[in-house]
Amino acid sequence: MFKTIANLQIGEKAYIEKLCLENIPLVLLEMGCLPGIEVQLIQTAPLNDPLYIKVNGSHLAIRRETAEKITVVK
Amino acid sequence: MSNEKVIKVALIGNPNTGKTSLFNQLTGLKQKVGNYPGITVEKKQGICKLSDTVKAEITDLPGTYSINPTSLDETLVLDTLLNEQNDSFPDVVVVVVEIENIKRNLLLFTQIKDLNIPTILVINMIDQMKRKGIDIDVKQLEEKLNTKIVLASARKKVGIEELKEVILDYEKLDTQSIAKITDRIDEEYFTKLKNAFPEFPLYKSWLLITQNNEFDFLGDEQRKLVLKFKEDLDCIKRYQHKETILRYQIINNVLKSSFNVDTSKATDLRGILDRILTHKIFGYVIFALILLFIFQGIFEWATYPMDIIDGAFASLSSWIKTVLPAGTFTNLIAEGIVPGIGGVVIFIPQIAILFTFISILEETGYMSRVVFLMDKIMRKFGMSGKSVIPLISGTACSIPAIMASRNIGNWKERLITILVIPFTTCSARLPVYAILIALIIPSKSVLGILNLQGLTMMALYLLGFTAAIFSAILLNKILKIESKTLFVIEMPNYKIPSIKNIFYEVVEKTKAFVFGAGKIILAISIVLWFLASNGASKFKNAEETITAQVESKQLTKEEFQKKVASYKLEHSFIGYMGKSIEPVIKPMGYDWKIGIALISSFAAREVFVGALATIYNVDSDSENSGTIKQRMAAELNPETGEKRFNFPTGVSLLLFYAFAMQCVGTLAIVKRETNSWKWPILQLVGMGILAYVSAVIAFNILS
Ligand SMILES: Nc1nc2c(ncn2[C@@H]2O[C@H](COP(=O)(O)OP(=O)(O)O)[C@@H](O)[C@H]2O)c(=O)[nH]1
Repeated sequence: MFKTIANLQIGEKAYIEKLCLENIPLVLLEMGCLPGIEVQLIQTAPLNDPLYIKVNGSHLAIRRETAEKITVVK
Repeated sequence: MSNEKVIKVALIGNPNTGKTSLFNQLTGLKQKVGNYPGITVEKKQGICKLSDTVKAEITDLPGTYSINPTSLDETLVLDTLLNEQNDSFPDVVVVVVEIENIKRNLLLFTQIKDLNIPTILVINMIDQMKRKGIDIDVKQLEEKLNTKIVLASARKKVGIEELKEVILDYEKLDTQSIAKITDRIDEEYFTKLKNAFPEFPLYKSWLLITQNNEFDFLGDEQRKLVLKFKEDLDCIKRYQHKETILRYQIINNVLKSSFNVDTSKATDLRGILDRILTHKIFGYVIFALILLFIFQGIFEWATYPMDIIDGAFASLSSWIKTVLPAGTFTNLIAEGIVPGIGGVVIFIPQIAILFTFISILEETGYMSRVVFLMDKIMRKFGMSGKSVIPLISGTACSIPAIMASRNIGNWKERLITILVIPFTTCSARLPVYAILIALIIPSKSVLGILNLQGLTMMALYLLGFTAAIFSAILLNKILKIESKTLFVIEMPNYKIPSIKNIFYEVVEKTKAFVFGAGKIILAISIVLWFLASNGASKFKNAEETITAQVESKQLTKEEFQKKVASYKLEHSFIGYMGKSIEPVIKPMGYDWKIGIALISSFAAREVFVGALATIYNVDSDSENSGTIKQRMAAELNPETGEKRFNFPTGVSLLLFYAFAMQCVGTLAIVKRETNSWKWPILQLVGMGILAYVSAVIAFNILS
């Protein structure tokens, strides 16, 4: 089964495996979400959406629907 | 003066890098906010003296993470940098990066550098360097990035003079690209691209074919070529992906040897604050308390300056009448222009207080947490977390609120936000609510501490928000607009706000209101004054008519004049307008006099009170609501013999003012921001129907 950022536990870290440009805004890559980079889930907002992540030194909030499209590996 | 040399400088950087602070330091109060031709984004420019003969014209471009735009604001950066015929096409670009996020910030720098425009790199916030355990080898970094670097602290005024010197010497800067993206992505493809547009730098051509915008500086031939390249969209996307990865590789390489962070120095203050401020329960509690505090500020503290302004303009009017010879011209000034300006100025305290709070929250970094907390909830209503700030601003005035919605990248979410903002209870409704509540709700206390009138006022606020939410849900269902969600927000580190930045922000927002909305409100006030002070033959013969009436014989001179004024108003153009709409407004429980007040309040809702004052011939010089209130309370309905402003009519009026779109200024701004008459007309009609229907229903149920 694929694991995505949306499946991470709070505080858990993993490496970004793949993101596909068709579904992901380019700006997310430009803000540092790149394959091979470590990502950590810092917090989820109430109702579990959006997600607050730390990636490549940036602290970002992204919506769950976006997070589900970024697969990660441990 | 005219033979001074002017260097055009563009300030560019990610949001939160201190770009605005730097701009304020460079230009001081010599700033002006204009509009870019054709589009609605504000253009912030300022002048900075570099030497005796040279000055810099600095344009502060909207913050952006990349040259590839995701919102209206950001499109501007791209436009400014690509269009050499553009007025603000820069001689030199200053890219501002922040020391803590330098890696991500440099992405934009490498993109701009590839456009072969002279580029200076400012590394800001160096006052934080020690604390964060950061170490930079500037010489090496300059060499690798092929640029001139200035270390600065916009807050501590470090590096500003040095930056000015570097700008002065901009012609010495090397304009070579640093990321040779082409060779490493697909040499063949990019050679083809280069040959297609031999007149442009290669990266510029690449940007031309990767964007959705139309670039009007392109010729027909060039446009055709762009379209041809755009056909292979897959390929473009793949290469954009590659480009970004390559850029990060380059940046990592550059930073590896010249930038060092000692992580043992890091503290986790941010983590602790985040855990509290975005907590599932405390997060909302804290936000609610902050909101309460802001409202307190807008409604309690602002009343003092507002009362002073109100009094000052009223005395100014009567003073003008005493010093200038009586006549139309004096009346125009004293009854049209002065109260018109007063009607604009009166909102300044509330707007200034509101934006002080908002800019403090933005400066500290808290606003991003609010966006984070509220996004999911707002999305259920078809809006975004970013809609929260505009909706709060709407409680002062819709006009700045609508302008604050520009950073919502998703068009549908932004449109819905713009459309529902006018439901929030803006300060222009307050005087109307206040006088109506005083007339129909007894000043009793409930549960010991709460005042029944105060509770009614609060209920009206909630009603406004509820109406906004429900119409958003409805619009979300009806509007068939496909727009991709682009929701990525940065959660900046917490910072102590800078007073200077807050001051500039408040001045700018207030100016935008005064000159944007103010002009329209003033113009309409003058038109209304004209309509109220002119009429056909009956109007002109008012004095004779009144004199002829027997009863008037026993009147004092003053009473006589009031009677004349009242008679004149009834037979003025606006009086006829009031009478002609009477059949329409009768089901809501209004007569032609209230009709006049309704029409008048199209300039700004609070004109309602002033218009009624004139109609009920109270001395309109003293805006003393006590007398207006007494007069309104005494007014009888000739058909029923009951009080005119009884409970049903009062409630009906409250509902009408809560829902109706009676603000020309807002309509004009919506037209500007949405670039179409369709949406303001929808607002006018939709809100009008809601107001009318609910007022009719309330009146008939209650009476
Ligand atoms: N410590 C420190 N903070 C700064 C400096 N320059 C700006 N700031 C703060 O950084 C935040 C963002 O600044 P602002 O000028 O609004 O950035 P912009 O979003 O890029 O326009 C504000 O809270 C500023 O007070 C600086 O040199 N040092």
